[in-house]
Amino acid sequence: MQTLRTDTTMSADSLRPASREDNRPVAIDIRDLSLTFRTADAPVTALSNVDLQIRAGEFVSLIGPSGCGKTTLMRVMADLARPTSGHITVNGLSPEQARLARAYGYVFQAPALYPWRSVRRNLMLPLEIMGVPASEREARAARYLEMVGLKDFANKFPWQLSGGMQQRVSIARALSFEPKLLLMDEPFGALDEITRDHLNEQLLRLWEQTQKTVIFVTHSIPEAVFLSSRIVVMSPRPGRILEVIDCNLPPDRTLDVRETPEFLTIAHRVRVALRAGHSYDD
Amino acid sequence: MKGGVLAVAAALAGAAGSLVLLADALTPGSVPLAFWALVLGVTALSWIGLERLAGVDRPRWIGGLVVPGLFGLLLLYLWQVLTVGFDVPAVLLPSPARIGHQLAANAGLLWQDFRQTFLKSVLAGFTLGSGLGFLVAVLVDRSPFLQRGLLPLGALVSAIPIVGIAPIMVMWFGFDWQSKAAVIVVMTFFPMLVNTLAGLGSASEIERDLMHSYAAGYGQTLLKLRLPSALPFIFNALKINSTLALIGGIVAEFFGTPVVGMGFRISVEIGRMNVDVVWATIAVAALAGSIFYGILALVERGFTFWHPSYRQEQS
Ligand SMILES: Nc1ncnc2c1ncn2[C@@H]1O[C@H](COP(=O)(O)OP(=O)(O)OP(=O)(O)O)[C@@H](O)[C@H]1O
Ligand SMILES: [Mg+2]
Repeated sequence: MQTLRTDTTMSADSLRPASREDNRPVAIDIRDLSLTFRTADAPVTALSNVDLQIRAGEFVSLIGPSGCGKTTLMRVMADLARPTSGHITVNGLSPEQARLARAYGYVFQAPALYPWRSVRRNLMLPLEIMGVPASEREARAARYLEMVGLKDFANKFPWQLSGGMQQRVSIARALSFEPKLLLMDEPFGALDEITRDHLNEQLLRLWEQTQKTVIFVTHSIPEAVFLSSRIVVMSPRPGRILEVIDCNLPPDRTLDVRETPEFLTIAHRVRVALRAGHSYDD
Repeated sequence: MKGGVLAVAAALAGAAGSLVLLADALTPGSVPLAFWALVLGVTALSWIGLERLAGVDRPRWIGGLVVPGLFGLLLLYLWQVLTVGFDVPAVLLPSPARIGHQLAANAGLLWQDFRQTFLKSVLAGFTLGSGLGFLVAVLVDRSPFLQRGLLPLGALVSAIPIVGIAPIMVMWFGFDWQSKAAVIVVMTFFPMLVNTLAGLGSASEIERDLMHSYAAGYGQTLLKLRLPSALPFIFNALKINSTLALIGGIVAEFFGTPVVGMGFRISVEIGRMNVDVVWATIAVAALAGSIFYGILALVERGFTFWHPSYRQEQS
């Protein structure tokens, strides 16, 4: 297992072109970061010595087994959790300063819609808080609901929608205030294959057009390979970064790219890295 | 549905017939067995009819209004035929007809009592007590120390019987309705405080994280998240308080009052063995209490339609 992984990594590394746009500013800089939860019984080490630099405009996927600390890492970036040790900056600021500057939109693993607000008003919640004028709020809500294919459901309440529809509303909500940085925690996990494909393409187009920085948690290897410019493979607890895999498929790719040999090679590398991580468990 | 309506109609006809018989043809106390058979038949028929109607769910007012209304009528009917049929002494339990008669005959007096007790003491005390409980909860919410200190105090005050505080409030605020309202304020303050505090803490972690991620301020989080999610708790307290306020207002009048008010009326008329008037007052109190509670429940439904307990009713 170990040798296979190393082999594949080596060969793919040698094939990879030298990174072109290294002059872009660093959006997220994580150095030697660890996080231990103090629980009633034993302390749980969720993240261990994580090092990761993400440049502005990158699309980075985090992939790894359940419970390996993907959500925790994302929460640290969002200032929803404090690291135990190590350093992190977001847009050159501390996570707290970045949060106060409303630097990111966070799509939580669960939809987190407020049941007393209609779908439309859920979308407008961040805009209300950030003081966007009422007419602009309406326009944004309409635009992003249309984008996730839910414009006919604007006046429904979240609990009248299916789980996948709720998750799409929460994606639209995070897009609505147009943050430069998107943190997405398994946004498409609850969706059927067709909807997922459709939203994958849309997200890719959005990313290409807006040059947002996207950090994206997923359990799906094809999804990660299709969307990402880099894939971060994490190990089971304590969460460490096993491998960072570059994945520069052509920018204007469509879903058909999934049948190409380049795609399959990268997907294979991710799978091998994941399997190698799993072997620590046994 | 059709069978249910038929059964209920037949039961109503039977009931009307038996009531006429009881009033005109029979001597109270020595009613023939055939009459009780008729009563039994009416009861069985209404039971079957109501059972069927309760299963109807299309026009919602059938299950929500007609069935409970008819069931109430059935109870009144049984009360009437049993008290008259067995000639129960009115001092023990007057028949509904007698109580109704007293209601009509003493309408002016009962209205004055109602105004004194309900419109003055109860409404003032309820509003003030619940309002203060709510405000204090919102203020105290930011201070864990005050929360820890106030909650045991709340339990303590709730344990004090009204018999204890009512005379003291009379000494502080005089004989009129103000002292009764003060008793009600004491009784309703803590249920609202405790419920609102629980409600303000009821938003889930992820709902709070969302606000946090928007860098929402304290006031924004309060208005857009914590108060809405506290609404079911607040309405719960309002409903509890509506009952407490009515009890408090009536019982407090036992301890000194001007010569008007529902509690005063009950304590005076029972002393004169004037039980019919006592029952008439009880009827007014029960009606007022139910309507008060019902209005609160309706308003609650309007505000918390999104809560899981009401959702299925939304179309
Ligand atoms: N608040 C907490 N208190 C204690 N332990 C926690 C807490 N949150 C997470 N953990 C632990 O930290 C570890 C990582 O959790 P995390 O939610 O980051 O996993 P994940 O990679 O997002 O998993 P999944 O793919 O299932 O969402 C888990 O073992 C979990 O038990
Ligand atoms: Mg997770």
